[in-house]
Amino acid sequence: MIALLLRDLRLAFRAGGGFGLGLAFFLIVTTLVPFSVGPTAELLGSIAPGVLWLGALLACLLSLDRLLALDYEDGTLDLLLTAPLPLEAAVSVKALAHWLTTGLPLVLAAPLLGVLLNLPPSGYGWLVVSLALGTPALSVIGTFGAALTVGIKRGGLLLSLLVLPLYVPTLIFGAEAARRGAMGLDPSTPLVMLAGITLGTIALMPFASAAVLRMGLR
Amino acid sequence: MLLSVQDLTLARGGVPVLTGLGFTLEAGQALILRGPNGAGKTTLLRCIAGLQSPISGAILGAEETIAYAGHADGIKAMLSVRENLQFWAQVFGKGDIAAALDSYALHPLADRLAGTLSAGQKRRLGLSRLLVTGCPIWVLDEPTVSLDVDAVAMFAAAVKSHLATGGAALIATHIDLGLEAEVLDITPFRAHADHYSGTSDEAFL
Repeated sequence: MIALLLRDLRLAFRAGGGFGLGLAFFLIVTTLVPFSVGPTAELLGSIAPGVLWLGALLACLLSLDRLLALDYEDGTLDLLLTAPLPLEAAVSVKALAHWLTTGLPLVLAAPLLGVLLNLPPSGYGWLVVSLALGTPALSVIGTFGAALTVGIKRGGLLLSLLVLPLYVPTLIFGAEAARRGAMGLDPSTPLVMLAGITLGTIALMPFASAAVLRMGLR
Repeated sequence: MLLSVQDLTLARGGVPVLTGLGFTLEAGQALILRGPNGAGKTTLLRCIAGLQSPISGAILGAEETIAYAGHADGIKAMLSVRENLQFWAQVFGKGDIAAALDSYALHPLADRLAGTLSAGQKRRLGLSRLLVTGCPIWVLDEPTVSLDVDAVAMFAAAVKSHLATGGAALIATHIDLGLEAEVLDITPFRAHADHYSGTSDEAFL
């Protein structure tokens, strides 16, 4: 399992691995928002949590179609299926590798980009907390979507359509927690809901992903 | 007896391709599969490797004992030869890749990126993976594609030493490997798919 994680991380950081793709997209979205919305500081401050969350979600979505498709194309997936490693563990590790290369950099970059959007000072901590709690769910759900569409050529659009509705609860509670934090309100209720969603998807989704992979490759 | 296949009926893309197929594979035995294109060799091998389920029949002894090598080698272009092999060795719980590098003469290439290898060199890397799996049964689909004469000899030697240590191999190939192996022609077991006249794969893809 550790071997698979290390291999995925190594591949992500090598040339053409796609590390930084999500981060660059996140940067572009959040720097362009002030230009399109206009330089009203109060308005920017009030939409900042939502914009940052939406940017993070779309950045996560961007790299999903590579998650399993590359392994499928070069035959690695077939060989992994015949290896002694349980498939549930393999998809969990792939989701973890996706989070480490996409989700975690977004969490770390969000406070810096919050400055560009005039996020109120009280919001930074809660923004990071909500993203750190919510982005693992995005990776795990995304792995499920990638498993569903793995054999399909140009499955990226289908993947987005399948995954976006599943992302909605995470987005609602995540952005709500960040917004409440920014306004100085108590963000604990949405944070608890968000943590619940994340833990539930981490517990259940690998089984669903492994099941659809087994069916899809047959 | 390592592997036993009984009264197997297989389909590809919903169309039956093979029916009533049965054979056994003993330790130290190699079985060569022959049959025209589209006869179902790949389908049979994928089924035995557990990548596909049969319509009916039983495959006994195939749990976690099979190392499968298909048309694709599962090589990551951006990892070096050594890293590629090391990864599979770790997945299968083996640490040592030196013997695998040796038997396919991959030592001079060990630190090259796999993406820069030629087709035959990639195949050699793909086949050397079998040696780090430690699995007793090798299920190989056209293993000699794009190998030159020397590499085919390396492959035959690897299969021979695998058989000598109590392993078994099931190989779909059209060339003569110089092995003392039984040949199983699957043509008599072909299913009659009445609605589909040809034997091409077009109907399934």
